[in-house]
Amino acid sequence: MADDKTKKPGVVDDVAALLTGLKTTLGESFQPRVTWEYPEDKSPRSERYRGRHYLRRYENGLERCIGCELCAAACPVGCILVIAAENSEEHRVSPGERYAKVYEINMLRCIFCGYCEEACPVQAIVLGPEYELSNVSRDQFIYTKEMLLEPDPREEPLFVTTGKAPVDQVYIGNTQEPRAHVDTTEDGG
Amino acid sequence: MSYLATPDPFGLYGNSIGHWIVVVVAMLLLVFVLLTAAAYTVFWERVYLGYIQNRPGPNRVGPFGLLQMAADGVKLAFKESFVPQNVDVAIYVLAPAIAVASAFLAWSVIPIGLWGDVEYWIANINIGVLLILAVTSMNAYAILLGGWSSNSKYSLLGGLRAAAQLISYEMAMGLSLVPIFMIAGSLRLVDIVDHAPHWGGFLVPMVIVAPLSFLIYLVAAVAETNRAPFDLPEAEQELVGGFLTEYSGLKFTMFYLAEYVGVLTQSTLIALLFFGGWHLWIVPPVIALALKIFVFATLYIWLRGTLPRLRYDQLMRLGWKVLLPLGIANVIVTAIVLVGVTNG
Repeated sequence: MADDKTKKPGVVDDVAALLTGLKTTLGESFQPRVTWEYPEDKSPRSERYRGRHYLRRYENGLERCIGCELCAAACPVGCILVIAAENSEEHRVSPGERYAKVYEINMLRCIFCGYCEEACPVQAIVLGPEYELSNVSRDQFIYTKEMLLEPDPREEPLFVTTGKAPVDQVYIGNTQEPRAHVDTTEDGG
Repeated sequence: MSYLATPDPFGLYGNSIGHWIVVVVAMLLLVFVLLTAAAYTVFWERVYLGYIQNRPGPNRVGPFGLLQMAADGVKLAFKESFVPQNVDVAIYVLAPAIAVASAFLAWSVIPIGLWGDVEYWIANINIGVLLILAVTSMNAYAILLGGWSSNSKYSLLGGLRAAAQLISYEMAMGLSLVPIFMIAGSLRLVDIVDHAPHWGGFLVPMVIVAPLSFLIYLVAAVAETNRAPFDLPEAEQELVGGFLTEYSGLKFTMFYLAEYVGVLTQSTLIALLFFGGWHLWIVPPVIALALKIFVFATLYIWLRGTLPRLRYDQLMRLGWKVLLPLGIANVIVTAIVLVGVTNG
């Protein structure tokens, strides 16, 4: 408060400074709170937010993914596994020659850089707005094709049409199902 | 004015055993009330600091977060009571006990107005305020011993700071109260409280008569309880946790509890000494006192939320070169005026 050596800010100024500070904090304590109370109250994601991945479909229900593995090649951490299979006339999954028989992303490795999205020639894989990806066991972080694939648009409306889904329309997918690694084969779609 | 109830309801005071029962029950009741009050002081501090910083504070556990302190207490109680290597175990364990003991001991003489002229106290001794000054200073021993026995440089520095701070502020604190004693003519807290409102035939709280005493006491009380901006013994940014660095679990809780009981003690003392205690117009005494304690506890929190910590030399300078001379001048001037008023 009172300073002996430097007379520049006198006692009155010091006390005035104290009171100014007190006035400021008192005023702030009556201001509205700016906190987002997270679990109830989520901040909006940017349209370009890179969260959980989705595999898109065409409007006729065919999968976009043609099993070219460019996403796996682009992935800097190697978390994507694609095993392609040939389409046939009686079993057509995607419009191209091939489709992804197995499509897995290891979410523990993924750094959400979005390179897979950039590499994809048919815009099959996109990163959505969902970011709450915690789980209770490491197995459950291997996202399988049926977890990643968006629902059939002939049954449910497409949400990934032009770019990213709004946060309240995110298809959560069945993330609770534990699943063994690679060798389980299933047909997509 | 009476001990708990004007007509002795159960005829207990007559014999010595009945008296002891009453005292022990009164003590247990007070400890319970104090523990609860201290917990909610912590809660209110966290909430109000949050408000100052435009955030809501704890609001998850229970309605409005009111059970947060219970959750924290359980968590702290079940933590491992860890004793670091090479500590002086006896003193290390003793220090938090001293802190809690000194914090609660002050309440043995603090009277609480309940309703009408019924008052509540454990002991109504004629040197009440002196006893409080004495036992609250013991808190510095707790900090000093805890800091020294922890065998950590941060703890030691915190302890040393507490000692230096105590010496700087205890004098000004004692001196700031001398005018009160002179005006009230008593060291008994009940007398001081009951004196204040009747001074000169008007309801005049002591703060009007001795404003300088109030200001000095306010500053010294913050220093006494080692709270921001005088929390140098703790000084998170410089000393990790000061004297608390090596304490965890229940021992940490005890220091923490002692700090907040200290806040309540000082708030109550300010209310009793300077603001007429439980006398407040037509408000029931217990509510009036609680209201005043709340106001001053909030003032503590408000100060903490506003002022940055003083540097060590600034703290010493404030204590020795500002508060102490002011306190002495205050005593002399009050004495002269008092003699003039009573004789002339």
